[in-house]
This record gives sequence, structure tokens and C-alpha cells, in this order.
Amino acid sequence: MTRDLNIIVLIKQVPEIEKVRFDYEKGRLDRSSAAAVINPFDLNALEAAVQVKGKIGGAVTVVTMGPEKAEESLRDAIARGADQAVLLTDPEFAGADTLATSYTLASAIRKLGAFDLIICGEKTIDGDTAQVGPEVAELLGIPHVAFVEEIRDVDKRRVIVRSKMGRKYYLVELTFPGLITVTKDANTPRLPALRDKMRSRKTDVTIWDTEDLTDVAHKKSYGLAGSPTWVAKIYAPLSEKRRGQILEGTAEDVAERIVQALRVHRILR
Amino acid sequence: MQERGSVLVYAEQEEGEIHQVTFELLGKGRELADRLGVGLGSVLLGHRIGKQAAEPIHHGADKVFLYDDPSLRDFDVIRYARNTVKLLEEEKPDIFLIGATRIGRTLAPRIAAALKTGLTADCVDLSLDANGDLIQIRPAFSGNIMAQIKTRTKPQMATVRYKVMKMGERNPERKGTVVRKKAEIIEDTGMKILEKTEADEVNLTEAEVVVSAGRGLGRPEDFKLLEELAETLGGVVGSSRPLVDAGWIGKDHQVGFSGNVAKPRVYIACGISGAPQHLFGMRDSDIIIAINKDPSAPIFNVSDYGVVGDLYEILPALIRELKRESGKEDA
Repeated sequence: MTRDLNIIVLIKQVPEIEKVRFDYEKGRLDRSSAAAVINPFDLNALEAAVQVKGKIGGAVTVVTMGPEKAEESLRDAIARGADQAVLLTDPEFAGADTLATSYTLASAIRKLGAFDLIICGEKTIDGDTAQVGPEVAELLGIPHVAFVEEIRDVDKRRVIVRSKMGRKYYLVELTFPGLITVTKDANTPRLPALRDKMRSRKTDVTIWDTEDLTDVAHKKSYGLAGSPTWVAKIYAPLSEKRRGQILEGTAEDVAERIVQALRVHRILR
Repeated sequence: MQERGSVLVYAEQEEGEIHQVTFELLGKGRELADRLGVGLGSVLLGHRIGKQAAEPIHHGADKVFLYDDPSLRDFDVIRYARNTVKLLEEEKPDIFLIGATRIGRTLAPRIAAALKTGLTADCVDLSLDANGDLIQIRPAFSGNIMAQIKTRTKPQMATVRYKVMKMGERNPERKGTVVRKKAEIIEDTGMKILEKTEADEVNLTEAEVVVSAGRGLGRPEDFKLLEELAETLGGVVGSSRPLVDAGWIGKDHQVGFSGNVAKPRVYIACGISGAPQHLFGMRDSDIIIAINKDPSAPIFNVSDYGVVGDLYEILPALIRELKRESGKEDA
């Protein structure tokens, strides 16, 4: 094969997790003080892609679905080594669960044409499902390896990855086209380089809405309408107000109380 | 009202051994099936696993769908998903539950996407509403909130976190049916396992008990104290990031945002102040016990039990007390 490798990285813009607070009175999340950043695990995905490209050549296309301001994250991704970027934005895409999100991303990937390797972060810090990567793989009919901790080797035909499942490490050869999701152990993401920052400002971000995807997707499958799951209720968990008992006394007293507690919670039988 | 489908539980096995989460799910599955007035099934895939097929029955299943085939010897997500999808299309269960292990979280999304059905990740509880629809409860936003999720499509699929549900009693007298299914053989899935190696490193994610140290620890050698306590409780040793960065202990042990997320039944934080980065990696523990000299340490805000004191006094006393207790039982 002489063609250069086509690598696609799926990213999500998320609020900075520590800045998000739960508004107990209104019963909802307050994101107002939180800056929007690239999901940290997706930075590992992007880094993996840029490293593969550095090793054997190719082009890295970063794709996200989100509001218009997600374009910032795409430019950030370009500054970190991506070559081109696609933003999927449309009110119709909003309110998507993992299936509708995966459907939209998979449709866009189809429209982009031939690809070899798709790389995702193992999960997002806001959704925390780890489902979108594998669902995209299924919708595209390609194999996937999740929770990849190391890319051992890559050539234009396949990648060899190490992933931990159950009690074992698996070294798996994944023939292209395929998808991997990477953990934070896979690499250390680089910081944006000055030169790439300049380039990121000049690079055009491709923006697609539902109209652009009509030849590859059904409108019914997007967003809220295409989401089989729905949030019936959200509430603050008790653990947020966990502040519990302070155990006092001598070290021996305290030790005895801890042992009692371990019994009460059936950790000791 | 339309006829209800059954409840089905995925029986995860590795090297012929069924994962404990399966039995926890069967316990919950039995409860749901009884309330709905339907049967409880389980699907088991692998090679030479016939002997294991009765286990789900002993834990509450009425029926086990067994796929025993050389092509299913190792976990291959395409082969496992394809066969399970076919079964789900035949059986049309109302509810399909899978353990939220790495294998489960690799497999479940493919099945859900193939069936175009909803999947709720990493649930910590399940119940039924008045219509008999599944209420799936999961933490969201790294534990900032809890969400109740419902699914419009069937089967309603959920992965469920290991160790949050009570395992039912094993009853070897319990009777049920083992249905031997013919596996669909898929020769080339695009994936080939080149090597399997034992992961002997510490597994914080699945540990039941984690004993962790932070800056309150004086020197690297003192991790021995934590190891001793962890061993007494059948747990593993964790650490906050500064000690890992200082090279006192390996990164495998790191708990927190840039390390591992531990969700044990009990987390004992020793000399850990409780920075948000660290809390991210342990706040979902069932029980948190904190030992810290500083009464204003934020760790006490997320602890169920707090001890304002010196870990060098508390830990030895605790180890002595535990040994004394276990001695009593042995006697």
C-alpha cells in the first residue's frame, strides 16, 4: 500500500471537571465557572495519533460533535499536531445519548471516506461511559480494542496494541481498518507548539450539520430523537455530604472502633 | 399489555472461571425477574466451559444458553458480540445485564449498537418503575450527581459495577435448563491475540480494600506498614500522586485523576490531605476512613469515619486489633 495512513481521532469538549458544581437548590449542574477543554483522555488519543503519524506518516483528522464553541477544542487539537478538523454541529444533534452520538460520528466518518485507524480516549470525564468508541466501531463494522495501554508497533497494514482485560494483558494485532480506545497510560500528551498554534489559527475547520450528512444518515437517528435512553431524574448523591463521624480516643480505642465499623459494613465477617 | 420478555444476564468468564460480578447480577436479575413474573436466563460463551454451565443456575438462573466452541476460547469482541446479538434477537429479553468490567464495557456497547438499543454504563443500582420498566441508577460527572436513566427500547441494557450488588446464596440443589447453542463461526475478525500475560500488577480498580498513603508518610520504607494492613484486610496499597512522583512507589499504585480510579468497599486514606485530584480517584468508595493529623484536611469532608491522629500510632494499633480479632475467630 502506498497511500498514506488516514487516522481519525474522536474528541469531545468537556467542562473542566473540578470547576463543575452541583447546584443543590436548583437541582442541576452549574457549569458557569468551568472552562471548556478537550476531554483529557482524548489528548492521549490525539497524542497516539500524532506519534503514529510521526513514525510512518499519514494524516490526522480530528472530529467532534458539539456546540459551535467546540471549534476552540478542534483548534487546540490542531495546535497539538492534528492536520485537519471536522465539527459536527446542529441543534438536531443536541441531547444525544451514546448511541445517537456514535451514530452521528460514524456517519461523519463514512462521509470522510477511507480511513485506517480511529483512535478515541477510553472515556470522557463528564459522561464516563466508555461506550462511544466501541459503538462507533460496531456501527462502522470494524473491529476494536478498548483500554489500550500501549501501542507496541504500527505499520501501514496493522497496529499491535497491549490492553488489560480481566486478569491478563493481551497483545493484539488489529488489522486496519480498526478502532482503539486508549487509556492515560498510553503516552504523555504534548503541549501545543508555537508553530502549530499559528497554524491552528489559519487552518479551516470543516463544519457539517444535518444537511451535510443527508447522504449518509437518517435524521431520526440524531440527538434527542435518536437516543433510546433518557435521564428521568438527577440528584445529588449522599456521598457529597459524606462528612461522617470523627473517632476519638487512644490509638487502641480508635483501632477498636474502626474494626467495629468494618464489621458493620461487612468488610470483616 | 404486551407480553414481557425475560431478564438475561451475561456470564463473563476468563480462562473458564466465571467472574463474580455475574453472580451478583444473577442475584439482582432474580429479584427483577420475580417482580416482573418472567424467567431469568444467562448466556455463557467460551471453550470447554460445560462444567461451569450449572453455576448460573446455582445462583438463580432458570436457563443457561451455552456457547461452547474452540473459536470462543479467548475473548474476541466481534465473535462474542455477534453470538450474543443473535441470541438476543431470538430470545427478545426485556432486560440484559452485563458486568461493568473491562470485558463487559468492551462488549456491551457493540451489542447495544448492533441492536440499536440503549445502554446505561456502570450502574450502581437497578429497580423497576410502576410500569415494570427498568430504572438504572448511575453516578455522573465523576460522582457529582446521581442519575436515574430509563430506556425506550428493548432490551433495556445496562452494565453494572462490580461489588455493588449483593451476591445471592449459591444453591447447588437448584435446578434449571442448560440450552446448548451452536456458535456462529467467524474466521477472521481483524483481531489476533499474539500473547497473553498474567497481569500481576496491583489492580486498584477491582480491589475490595485499598489502603492509601499520602504526604503524611515519612519515608518510602514505611509503605510496609500499609502493606501489612492491606494484607490483613485482603486489600492492596494505593498512593497519592506526590509519593509516586517522588519514586517511592510505582504508578500502578497511584489513585486519582491522573492515576487509577478505585471503587473499593473500603478506602483507608492515611496521611492524605484530600486534594480534588485525589478525591476523583476514590470518592466512589463505599466506605472511606481517613487518618490525618490535620483536623482541617479536606479528606474529612468525604469520609465516613475520620481519625485526627498520627498514622504511625493508629496503623500499628489497627493491625494489632485486626490480628487479635482474627485470632479470636480461629480459636
